[in-house]
Amino acid sequence: MMMAEGKKSGFRGINIPSDELLNNCIHCGLCLPTCPTYSLTGLEKSSPRGRIRIIKGVAEGTLSISREFVYEMNFCLDCQACETSCPAGIKYGSLVEAARAQIYQEKYEGRLAHYSKKILLGWLFESHGRLKRAARILRLIQTSYIQSLIGIGKEFRVFPRKISNSNSLAPKISKSYSSDTLHESITPNIHSRYKVILLTGCVMDVAFADINEDTVQLLLHHGCEVIVPREQQCCGSLQAHNGDIASARRLAQHNTELFSRYDFDYIVMNSAGCGAYMKEYGEIFRDDTRFAEKANSISKRVRDLTEFLNDTGFHPALNRNENPFFGKKVTYHDACHLVHAQHISEQPRKLIKSIAGIEYIELRESTWCCGSAGIYNITHYNDSMQILRRKIDNIKQAGPDIVITGNPGCLIQILHGLNQEKMHIELLHTATFLRRACGV
Amino acid sequence: MIASSTLSKLKSIVGQDNFFDSPEYKLVYSYDGTPLLSQLPVAIVRPQLKEQISSIVQLANNERFAIVPRGSGSGLSGGSIPTEDSIVLLTNHWNKILEVDQRNLAAWVEPGVITAQLQAEVESLGLFYPPDPGSAAISTLGGNVAENAGGLRGLKYGVTKNYILGMEVVLPNGDVVLLGGKSVKDVAGYNLKDFLIGSEGTLGIYTKILLKLIPKPEDSSTMLVFFDRLTDAAESVSDIIASRITPAVLEFLDNTTIRCVEDYAHLKLPTAIEALLLIEVDGHPLVIKEDVDKIAVLCKKHHALEIKIAHDTEEAAKLRSARKVAFSALARVRPTTILEDVTVPRSEIVSMLDKIQFIAKKHSLQFGNFGHAGDGNLHPTCLTDERDISEIHQAEKAFDEIFTEAVLLGGAITGEHGVGLAKRQFLEKLTPSPAIEMMRQIKKVLDPNAVLNPGKIFSLKPHCEGPMPKNPEQIKKYLDAGAFT
Ligand SMILES: Cc1cc2nc3c(=O)[nH]c(=O)nc-3n(C[C@H](O)[C@H](O)[C@H](O)COP(=O)(O)OP(=O)(O)OC[C@H]3O[C@@H](n4cnc5c(N)ncnc54)[C@H](O)[C@@H]3O)c2cc1C
Ligand code: SF4
Ligand code: SF4
Repeated sequence: MMMAEGKKSGFRGINIPSDELLNNCIHCGLCLPTCPTYSLTGLEKSSPRGRIRIIKGVAEGTLSISREFVYEMNFCLDCQACETSCPAGIKYGSLVEAARAQIYQEKYEGRLAHYSKKILLGWLFESHGRLKRAARILRLIQTSYIQSLIGIGKEFRVFPRKISNSNSLAPKISKSYSSDTLHESITPNIHSRYKVILLTGCVMDVAFADINEDTVQLLLHHGCEVIVPREQQCCGSLQAHNGDIASARRLAQHNTELFSRYDFDYIVMNSAGCGAYMKEYGEIFRDDTRFAEKANSISKRVRDLTEFLNDTGFHPALNRNENPFFGKKVTYHDACHLVHAQHISEQPRKLIKSIAGIEYIELRESTWCCGSAGIYNITHYNDSMQILRRKIDNIKQAGPDIVITGNPGCLIQILHGLNQEKMHIELLHTATFLRRACGV
Repeated sequence: MIASSTLSKLKSIVGQDNFFDSPEYKLVYSYDGTPLLSQLPVAIVRPQLKEQISSIVQLANNERFAIVPRGSGSGLSGGSIPTEDSIVLLTNHWNKILEVDQRNLAAWVEPGVITAQLQAEVESLGLFYPPDPGSAAISTLGGNVAENAGGLRGLKYGVTKNYILGMEVVLPNGDVVLLGGKSVKDVAGYNLKDFLIGSEGTLGIYTKILLKLIPKPEDSSTMLVFFDRLTDAAESVSDIIASRITPAVLEFLDNTTIRCVEDYAHLKLPTAIEALLLIEVDGHPLVIKEDVDKIAVLCKKHHALEIKIAHDTEEAAKLRSARKVAFSALARVRPTTILEDVTVPRSEIVSMLDKIQFIAKKHSLQFGNFGHAGDGNLHPTCLTDERDISEIHQAEKAFDEIFTEAVLLGGAITGEHGVGLAKRQFLEKLTPSPAIEMMRQIKKVLDPNAVLNPGKIFSLKPHCEGPMPKNPEQIKKYLDAGAFT
């Protein structure tokens, strides 16, 4: 670590950003126009270049971890659009996550935020059983009429004041969860070409069980034997993005151990954040000589659903007359953690365009974050809504019948935006669209 | 030192919400796109009205502090890096396109409008604003005017100064003036508007800019040509121009750059070749066809290995990407990338590149070269690491030699990035002294208290600014590496 004369680094303990990471930025500024928070404020400190500089300042000991520092780190969406645009190949995500880990570790955020995160991410999401039980209660509230009487319940009431107006932002809890309804091993009717593990995910499982079902059906149609390990836990991405590295590592370790016990070709998932994070398992345990290889072998086999289907030659094999989307105008929103974190943008488009009879149109600024960003729409409601506004305006301008996207967070967020505007546009996960289009 | 009473006055001019002086703010306004240089400002202000700018400038004159105007901070010569006792004045939030006048082919914009946004807006109306610096996605028009920015289309269309009809500007004494206007012809007195173009924030702060637009070219065609030998590429360039064809784009990449591009973007470029040219012609479809055929014949005559011609916009984009990613590809090789900018007469490109190669070898440095072959503007790019002090020192020596060679060949030490902080010592060394003296005199008359971006372009007398570091320990590592010799 390069340190200013006589200064002590403000970072300590786990996850100190490396000198290499910190010094890669050549401060050219090319990332600025792609950053949603910079576009909101026009201020350098809410730009990627500015954030890197203040992280470096803390690392060198010329800045301390101040309220302003904490604010900027949390104001960042971690959308990683800056990584895509950076000529120097900066690993911005690793830097901001390292900074957040420091903030979390040293409890710089104020008690309420720290313990809320600890309970929500560390405790609730860390055990999938716990999450499901909590979700059941939430569903009870969501569907009961108590809600209409007292006007609460649609949202996670963890940060009560901040989210009082974010009613439709909490995921709508499914009736039953895919981790309960799906069999542990499902074999296709046709010759099985691949053995794949399905990551049911945490949000996907409790709120989008039907999308998991769509995914399974597509995989079967594609000739896959699908394994759904019962004891799988949340992948750890939510925790890592919010600085709780210890919980994230525990979850990553659990899943690595669990999946390693199976014989499989790929782990497939339909949630962008999970894919991006699981592809980093190898990197996370890089220094753990005992575990690194195992984690790496998992990472190497992680695929987003669209990546897997496209790269293994998926054929829609559909009957023109049965295509319910015939003649429809379809567009696609890139989830940040697909396009920026995993560089997946061609594959979903190719799959969508392979459905005959639809009219595909590009969405202007399709790679611009929708403002969902994990729990950002709860912790930063107003900023998130401004960012969403831009997405909705672009959708309006494109005027599609259907918007497709590949991530649960984006589905919740964009649906919220469409509802607010009373726009009658169908919003579908890529898996759902493909399944229905293929009539499987 | 700026007195705290002065800072309070500043705060009351712009308001609490537009005055910043926390350590975080100061740090993020201590740099621009220039490698190696940075300095903390005392404060940052974000004025909302031209009257506020005017008051700030007057205050600076009365209480003696310096003002550093700043657009997006993508400059490569240190123009918006603070100097001692200075405040940074932001203009990037003044980002409205005020008027696009289709009858007079002109547009009034605020200085913070991003170049690419203006381009997209006018192109949607069938109009065209040609200057296109590589940083167009982030640079502001104010920054473009202050640096007289160029770009890829310079050969055919010229640079920023060819598209400025007028401006509203706050002068160093706080007066606000309107210079130029929509009439194309205007010889009433000195040409003050042109005088302020390229003034790097030292003579005035633009608050509005009037741009000249032209009709958008009907069509264009893109080609990529590979050459075994650099001289063949250079002769092709000369022949193309001698045969009265003016391509809109005529760019070249040298072998190091080609290899870095291939490593990074896998475009299937041959990596053994010495040079490639990216050529684009635009205009009427029939003329384009003729020009492309002629260019192909000329390149073949000079032993072109392969000529790729795009058949549609998608292919064109693919061919263009070889040049487009050049900077990214080079920037990834080492932590620090020093992108430089020299010009020579077109006929001297090969000699200049030979010299650069020789100098790089002499100092054991890695250089990639690319640039605007059509107008003799080269970007020798040094791939290095700012933490390696002795290597940086070698790089500084190398650039000194490169600039000297460029001037000897009849060129200039900067074609488009400006002098700023980074090149003032070279300007002084390599420009005839009457010219420098004239510039100094002008600055002194217009800005007697040196309030606008002082210390940029040329250092103000006395030459050595500020005290030398008192503690010899502080400079020991530089001395050991052979600095100040
Ligand atoms: C990757 C990359 C590629 C580049 N490619 C090119 C290129 O091809 N051609 C080229 O010419 N340049 C290029 N540049 C350099 C740079 O982008 C230009 O100089 C650009 O004009 C700077 O604009 P800015 O808004 O970032 O200005 P800043 O860097 O903020 O400021 C530049 C100068 O303008 C002054 N200034 C800014 N706003 C005002 C105002 N309102 N009134 C008065 N003065 C003002 C500042 O004081 C400073 O001296 C490149 C830079 C990068 C990082
Ligand atoms: S991750 Fe997104 S919000 Fe954060 S700095 Fe990068 S572009 Fe901006
Ligand atoms: S684009 Fe990359 S190198 Fe340039 S300022 Fe942004 S992070 Fe730094």
